[in-house]
Amino acid sequence: MTALTAEPIGRVLRSRLVAALTAPHGVDRYLEQFNPMWAAHEVRARIVDIRRETSAEGDAPVATLTLRPTTSWRGHRAGQHVLVGVEMPGAAKRLTRAFSISSAASAPGDEFTLTVRAHAEGQVSSYLVEGAEPGEIVHLSQARGEFTLSESPATPTNNHLLFITGGSGITPAMSMLRTLLRDGYDGHAGRRVTFLHYARSLEDQIFADELAAIAEADNGVTVHLRHGDHRFSEFELRRLVPDYADVDTWLCGPAGLVELVTDAYRDSSRLRMEFFKPSVARAAGDEDDVDGVVTFARSAVSGAAGTATLLEQAEELGLRPEFGCRMGICFSCTATKTAGTTRNVLTGEESSLPDEEIRICVTRPVGDCQVDL
Amino acid sequence: MTTNSTTTARRTAAPAANEDTPHSRIAARVGMTPEQLQAFGDEMDAIRQRVIADLGEEDATYIRNVVKAQRRFEVAGRALFYLPPAWPLAVASLSISKILDNMEIGHNVMHGQYDWMGDPALSSRMFDWDTVCPGEQWKYSHNYIHHTFTNIVGKDRDVGYGILRMDPDQKWHPYYLGNPVYALLLMLLFEWGVALHDLEVENIVAGRRSLADNKPLYPGLIRKIRRQAVKDYLLFPALTGPLFPLTFAGNATANLIRNIWAFNIIFCGHFPAGVASFSVEETEDESRGQWYLRQLLGSANITGSRLFHLMSGNLSHQIEHHLFPDLPARRYPQIAEEVREICERYGLDYNTGPLHRQLLSVARKICRLALPGRRSPEPAPTPAEQPLAA
Ligand SMILES: Cc1cc2nc3c(=O)[nH]c(=O)nc-3n(C[C@H](O)[C@H](O)[C@H](O)COP(=O)(O)OP(=O)(O)OC[C@H]3O[C@@H](n4cnc5c(N)ncnc54)[C@H](O)[C@@H]3O)c2cc1C
Ligand code: FES
Repeated sequence: MTALTAEPIGRVLRSRLVAALTAPHGVDRYLEQFNPMWAAHEVRARIVDIRRETSAEGDAPVATLTLRPTTSWRGHRAGQHVLVGVEMPGAAKRLTRAFSISSAASAPGDEFTLTVRAHAEGQVSSYLVEGAEPGEIVHLSQARGEFTLSESPATPTNNHLLFITGGSGITPAMSMLRTLLRDGYDGHAGRRVTFLHYARSLEDQIFADELAAIAEADNGVTVHLRHGDHRFSEFELRRLVPDYADVDTWLCGPAGLVELVTDAYRDSSRLRMEFFKPSVARAAGDEDDVDGVVTFARSAVSGAAGTATLLEQAEELGLRPEFGCRMGICFSCTATKTAGTTRNVLTGEESSLPDEEIRICVTRPVGDCQVDL
Repeated sequence: MTTNSTTTARRTAAPAANEDTPHSRIAARVGMTPEQLQAFGDEMDAIRQRVIADLGEEDATYIRNVVKAQRRFEVAGRALFYLPPAWPLAVASLSISKILDNMEIGHNVMHGQYDWMGDPALSSRMFDWDTVCPGEQWKYSHNYIHHTFTNIVGKDRDVGYGILRMDPDQKWHPYYLGNPVYALLLMLLFEWGVALHDLEVENIVAGRRSLADNKPLYPGLIRKIRRQAVKDYLLFPALTGPLFPLTFAGNATANLIRNIWAFNIIFCGHFPAGVASFSVEETEDESRGQWYLRQLLGSANITGSRLFHLMSGNLSHQIEHHLFPDLPARRYPQIAEEVREICERYGLDYNTGPLHRQLLSVARKICRLALPGRRSPEPAPTPAEQPLAA
């Protein structure tokens, strides 16, 4: 019954009257009791298909998941990502991770795909690739992110577009390329598209058939696939796209690739990038002295990670975070840790989950960490 | 006020040097040495840690089922108002819904007991409950003030809610002659009492707080009151058309029943005879062990069936709740057995009893403290009157 929230029922469900009747919980808290696919504001999706992308039985299999969202899905622009909340079976804990949408730009309510690489110890990615079954429900955010298919304001529309990607960083670029081709781009208006991708090996190359077909077709798209030890070099890029620094470029890939490419572009405003992994190192071991930097992102201050709680460290740096009991019982001090590893001083439990809510009065850093304060 | 202790074997006085430290004074009251206090605190920490390590699907399924039941009672209640002969059933259904919403769900979710699930619908940061008190303000006055300063006279504003005299250490004033009347009114209007609690009217009267301090609280309070009132006293009654007055009365009755129930459960948690209170000096620089000890001595349980515990949001396990406010309440009955066993070993009083006895004890205290004097409202129960084994 996905029609439930279709207009005009959706309009009714989102009305002020219904909000007033269902306050303080909100209409979705009632709808979900009947059917997880009924939602007026929140977004959820049913996994309708899971398909392996790589044949390799290697250590990092990739799968494409097709998601059928609730009618509350407002669609996405090519290059955007979505936060996916997965309830881990057995633990009942919802873990949330970002995934770029790999299918072409979608309209409200449209199905879309995610392409996920299973990290060996990655909880969510390996569940989505190996554990999830069609029919399961996942929680979603609306599409977000500014890494989208839009050109520089100063760029003539006949401009050349360049995509440089590595590993699973191919997904947002793939969405952009698919959008261009779907929406009638055929290269006959004089514009060119260059797609440069680095994969670990031939077996790890995802979307290989589709990319081969695109390269083959008469459409103005050139595809360059590089495998194995073949690393990015400025020299090679200059050979492929001589004026690359003046070309709108989308870059997404592992840290090493990103570093080399940003060096090549120096300060060019044409390069935009997306990171899949916050650039924070995981710190080691049990020793009491920790090496690392604690960053309080919103206030843009940082200091050496100490053994004190994050609340004390923030105060030492001159911040005044909210707190109550200072002993972990009142939750007044809850903040979001965006990256890094922390330890709960009461339980000794360590956690490296990104975007995790922590009580800073009973949490200390274990190496680099970043808190949204 | 002293709490009785069931064992004398452990009544070895603490070393004189420690007599002066504030936290050994509370321990000394119950005949515990500083070492015992430390060991007691470690045992409590161990319980907490073990439960946290064990949290999982069962806890999640449990709370989701309670939410499901609450939503069904609510929908059924609202629907039954269309059937005038079913009016009592509608009221009952809506009352159950509101009680579940406020107690087993609201109170516990807003304590952060289910934050580990990562579900915004059950997150202490997002949740708000079906009462006129904004959850945001309650989390400050309850989670922080009350749970940090439990039963410290002068700091814990839940001791008498700034309205009642509930402890002999509160200075008597002729105003308190009205104690029983205020208690009755507070019971009937409990959600309003909770909502206005944060305004600290008594501190404004006493000149310790200015009206301007309350300014930031008004918008949230007014918004919440308006929302609750519009829903229960205007929209839902209006939706039943000609039955408006009946639905209106039904919603008011459900709110009233919830108020009476919540008040009684909560008052049995801290005010029966035998519950200790503390002075500010005694609790300065508190150790973790003493914090646990104070929570234990300052709370009381109510015995009853599983259904009773559910309907009271497991605040019938007020002792366990105060020791471990952030653990899912469904764990309290199981933890209670261990806590009692530990209490027995340390010779600590574990205050529990059936609802009628705790209620009677609270009522007596309310009446007795209306009058001047510091005398205990009733003789401290002897160990025989408070059997440790249920
Ligand atoms: C904007 C954005 C878009 C993204 N799009 C995609 C996408 O389209 N496809 C996709 O597969 N992933 C994508 N990611 C990465 C994804 O969000 C997860 O980080 C990744 O799937 C690992 O999550 P996990 O729960 O499996 O691992 P976790 O359980 O979080 O981590 C386990 C271990 O893996 C390491 N690890 C975590 N993430 C990475 C990473 N990206 N690379 C290397 N090691 C890592 C951790 O350091 C840790 O040691 C995107 C991330 C961002 C921020
Ligand atoms: S300040 Fe109370 S939980 Fe951190």
